[in-house]
Amino acid sequence: MHDFQYHKPGSVADAAAAAAGAEDGSFLAGGQTLIPTLKQRLAAPSDLVDLSGVSELQGITVSGDSVTIGAMTRHADVAASGDVAAAILALAALAGGIGDPQVRNRGTIGGSIANNDPAADYPAAVLGLNATVNTNKRSIAADDFFTGMFETALEEGELITSVSFPVPEAANYQKFHNPASRYALVGVMVAKTGGGVRVAVTGAGPCVFRASSLEQALAGGLSSSALDGASVSADGLNSDIHATPEYRAHLVKVMAGRAADAAGG
Amino acid sequence: MADNGIGTRTVRKEDQRFLTGKGNYLDDINRPGQAYAYFVRSPYANAKINGVDTSAAAAAPGVVAVLTGQEMAADGIGPLICGWMISSKDGSPMNAPAHPALAVDKVNYVGDHVAIVVADTYNQAKDAAELVEVDYDELPSVTDTAGAAAAGAPQIHADIPGNICYDWELGDKAVVDEAFSKAHHVTSLDMINNRLIPNAMEPRAAVAEYDPGTEDMTLYTTSQNPHVCRLIMSAFLQVAPEHKLRVIAPDVGGGFGSKIFVYAEETATLWASRRVNRPIKWVAERSESFLSDAHGRDHVTHAEMAMDENGKFIAMRVSTIANLGAYLSTFASAVPTYLYATLLAGQYTTPVIYAEVKGVYTNTSPVDAYRGAGRPEATYVVERLVENAAREMGLDPAEIRRRNFIPNDAFPYETPVVHTYDCGDYPKALEEALKLADYDGLAARKADAQSRGKLRGVGLSAYIEACGIAPSAAVGALGGGVGLWEAAQIRFNPTGNVTVLAGTHSHGQGHATTFAQVVADKLGVPYENVEVVEGDTDKGPFGMGTYGSRSIAVGGSAIMKAADKIIEKGKKIAAHALEAAEEDIEFSGGNFSVAGTDKAMNIGEVAFAAYVPHNYPEGLEPGLDETAFYDPLNFSFPSGVHIAEVEVDPDTGVVDIIKYSAVDDFGNVINPMIVEGQVHGGIAQGVGQALLEGCVYDDDSGQLVTGSYMDYAMPRADDLPSIDIGMSPVPSPLNPLGVKGAGEAGAIASPAAVINAVTDAIGADIDMPATPLKVWQTLNSAKAAAE
Amino acid sequence: MPTVSMSVNGKQYSGEVEARTLLSQFIRDQLGLTGTHIGCDTSQCGACVVHVDGRSVKSCTTLALQADGADVTTIEGLAKDGQLHPMQEAFRENHGLQCGFCTPGMVMSAVDLVNNNPNPSEETIRENLDGNICRCTGYHNIVKAVKAGAQGMGG
Repeated sequence: MHDFQYHKPGSVADAAAAAAGAEDGSFLAGGQTLIPTLKQRLAAPSDLVDLSGVSELQGITVSGDSVTIGAMTRHADVAASGDVAAAILALAALAGGIGDPQVRNRGTIGGSIANNDPAADYPAAVLGLNATVNTNKRSIAADDFFTGMFETALEEGELITSVSFPVPEAANYQKFHNPASRYALVGVMVAKTGGGVRVAVTGAGPCVFRASSLEQALAGGLSSSALDGASVSADGLNSDIHATPEYRAHLVKVMAGRAADAAGG
Repeated sequence: MADNGIGTRTVRKEDQRFLTGKGNYLDDINRPGQAYAYFVRSPYANAKINGVDTSAAAAAPGVVAVLTGQEMAADGIGPLICGWMISSKDGSPMNAPAHPALAVDKVNYVGDHVAIVVADTYNQAKDAAELVEVDYDELPSVTDTAGAAAAGAPQIHADIPGNICYDWELGDKAVVDEAFSKAHHVTSLDMINNRLIPNAMEPRAAVAEYDPGTEDMTLYTTSQNPHVCRLIMSAFLQVAPEHKLRVIAPDVGGGFGSKIFVYAEETATLWASRRVNRPIKWVAERSESFLSDAHGRDHVTHAEMAMDENGKFIAMRVSTIANLGAYLSTFASAVPTYLYATLLAGQYTTPVIYAEVKGVYTNTSPVDAYRGAGRPEATYVVERLVENAAREMGLDPAEIRRRNFIPNDAFPYETPVVHTYDCGDYPKALEEALKLADYDGLAARKADAQSRGKLRGVGLSAYIEACGIAPSAAVGALGGGVGLWEAAQIRFNPTGNVTVLAGTHSHGQGHATTFAQVVADKLGVPYENVEVVEGDTDKGPFGMGTYGSRSIAVGGSAIMKAADKIIEKGKKIAAHALEAAEEDIEFSGGNFSVAGTDKAMNIGEVAFAAYVPHNYPEGLEPGLDETAFYDPLNFSFPSGVHIAEVEVDPDTGVVDIIKYSAVDDFGNVINPMIVEGQVHGGIAQGVGQALLEGCVYDDDSGQLVTGSYMDYAMPRADDLPSIDIGMSPVPSPLNPLGVKGAGEAGAIASPAAVINAVTDAIGADIDMPATPLKVWQTLNSAKAAAE
Repeated sequence: MPTVSMSVNGKQYSGEVEARTLLSQFIRDQLGLTGTHIGCDTSQCGACVVHVDGRSVKSCTTLALQADGADVTTIEGLAKDGQLHPMQEAFRENHGLQCGFCTPGMVMSAVDLVNNNPNPSEETIRENLDGNICRCTGYHNIVKAVKAGAQGMGG
């Protein structure tokens, strides 16, 4: 790891200012992806702005029809939250399946979605549940937030403050893990929301995406049998030693079916 | 005493320190004024080096020295060696390439060592390593085992045409071909034994120190065999004379074979510490371990079994290409030859066997012994052939084994492939394993699985291994450059407690406990009063180390022999003190007594008399301290039957191991708790090989694709089942403890058991690792073929 | 250089560190507490697990500065008054360790697991040890040890 300047601001404004003042600054949330990246010398920011001292980024708020999670809320806290589980069980369960217990004790929702790793779980929740990403500058709809591999709509110095999830009528997340890294080889969030059925897929492509063919098939009811005639194209899906695009496409359908059954049942 | 004697589940002496963070592993050692080393490694699989410019690195902050292969060669530090000569079919000796610890004019795999950077801190060394400029001409590379010797394959070593190290054979091909011509049925299989990366949890490391006053050198290193390390460093690499070099292997965090060998990094660190006259520490990062620890397995095999109409094996024919990597590691040449083909008889009476093995070089990390070393590969070939033969002939896989087992009255049994098995009861182990696995209930469980949309299968593996390596003369006759005896010293201290110094070296096996149990049991001293010392060439006698499941069979026998000498001398001392004739002294339970009387003294009193010899036999040396060297009479042959039961999810290709049953014959067992732990761990590694692990190099670039735990799938707790274990011991008649060795059995038996279960479940052939992707693809191909 | 202060095993420490210093490096190199091990560089193996404010974390994936002001417990701080912690005792009794290298992290993870789940099933134990790799034991005896340790901890 190359050395850097370390900052630990106490407010969102100070955090933004610290990042803006840096030659090549980076926010440090839970660090569960960033620190390994730095250790492997794949990135060398001049400054790290540690957000753990910013109290306004913490916490979980559940109102009647939405769950809002502060950007610096740890996965373990989302997973353990009875309020989250009561409102959106699929979200608590997804958080409880990210990485391993030690990653969940440090990793945060803001860090996860800002990084937008193609195999991360949270992007599937944000996109599948049609969440809104709130930043220090604006609110961004999920459909507009994830723009490509490790790319988001966030602008230079823009900081996620919280994520608001509308409570769905039904939802379930199914993950097929990479046997080595334990990241999602394929992860599928199926949700029935006021706006219809949403199927968000992580791990399979370069960026989380909605599987429209499956959304259409499930529009009539959340059941794997509804997917019998549906198919997922392998075009553009990831290929590596653990899965071909065809296998990933197949798994998307299988996991979507399982999620649909679990959500619908 | 009996509470901790032979056969008891004694908890381990070493655990207190390991559980409280007080273990002393290599990276826990620091020497005053120490500098740190980092290695510049080749980013290319095959490249010519035109020049190395170290000037920018040498000028970087904190840098002490940047040393290259040129300087190492100029200092006369010899190339790394391989200690086993194998000859080809035509009698020609194997082609061994030069293996400089630091490359001089060519690199041959990604991770090959180019320079050592020494600096005040680790970060400075690593920072400066980025400034070493190497001028490479990249060349085409070959990493593929089957393709390495193909026409037109890129040449790795200019003086080794076709990348062939040897083309070796065992057995009479004409006789075997003749037997095949008379077969009722021939089963044949093409198999890949997948390449594995050992992944001991403690990465390799070294701290080297030079004392300019005495010219003594000390190397702390992660070694399974520190004495052999010192011997090689001295006799072959010329780093230091043997008597001026002390090698210390402290607590070693796992090895599985990978810490037997003498590597480039440890050699260069030791050499550099003298050059810069400072202690130097080097600790591998895990990604370096992936690149340059010796890998394991990597065979491509075509094998055939010929049977008569009753399913009796009449001949076997095996042709293997073994990937040796870019260079020959310390014992690499022996692993796919004498440690492999000599086990192809398995537990069976197959009368004639022919094996040929082509050892090939590729642009990959060197390949050497990894848990089982040749024997898992042999068991995999034999047991997959046997299982398939049964299926093809409509026989129950258990029944075909019963028909072919070496019968109990045939021991000692000479196989057609070198070995003479000492003893065993193969039918009994099979029946016990079938019972443990509830084999009779299988049909019902398969039907139940089918009703749930799952595919259930069962697989057997009746393995044999040759352990307790090995009789030195036999090793020498087969081309080995060393003897494989073992040494032990039992030193009674004047106060009556005991220090046992052994030439083996525990790296997880619990020798401090097991050896103390043996000594406590044999000499009747309290277990708490026995301390075992290993791993320091200045302390114990020269010994060959720990690998090949040899420590109890060979090392334990040396301890028993030393104990016999203690008793013999003790009798003389007791006879004098008790005023009796020596031949009237009996020894039992720690007491020397005069036969037929109540006159006795315990061994502690004898020890005191030996060190305070005021009233002592005339002419007898003082002291009670005996050393013994034990050269085994034969290998030992642990065996057993493992049965895996799996369920496959056809929707995803996921294989779940539902039940795993193992019945093993390790002869007598000193500590069942420890032995069961060895079996569990071995099975986990075998299951890892069968379902998860596989080293992958990129075909085009030669880059290591599985270079971290992000891509190399290590077995986790939730990948494995609980394991049912049974013991079916037939004590070995050939060593004083009646033991056979247990360290590798699990890794030897399990790959074949698991893959036989998977192929039973999916009804098609599959290679390891049977990953979800591969299972799904195989099911799809089978479906497509059926349509 | 920035200064970091933290309580480790009940003792207060502070020292200057490079910003890039990992918690694992601070614990091992500056405090000399070498029971916390480094087994990988990609945050999978878990040999480095310690507790920070009562939660298990990978100290190789945490900056020392991120633990500023925190209460850290390492494997050395688990036994009290010369008495092994019930989880340590359970690992010994059940032969839940062989080479011992993964053991400190494994034990620290197991204690956290039981703190959150006083009576875990075998399945829960296996799932929740997925951040710790052991190459020696095949996990069989580790799972047994964690069960026994949970009982010993009062579960």
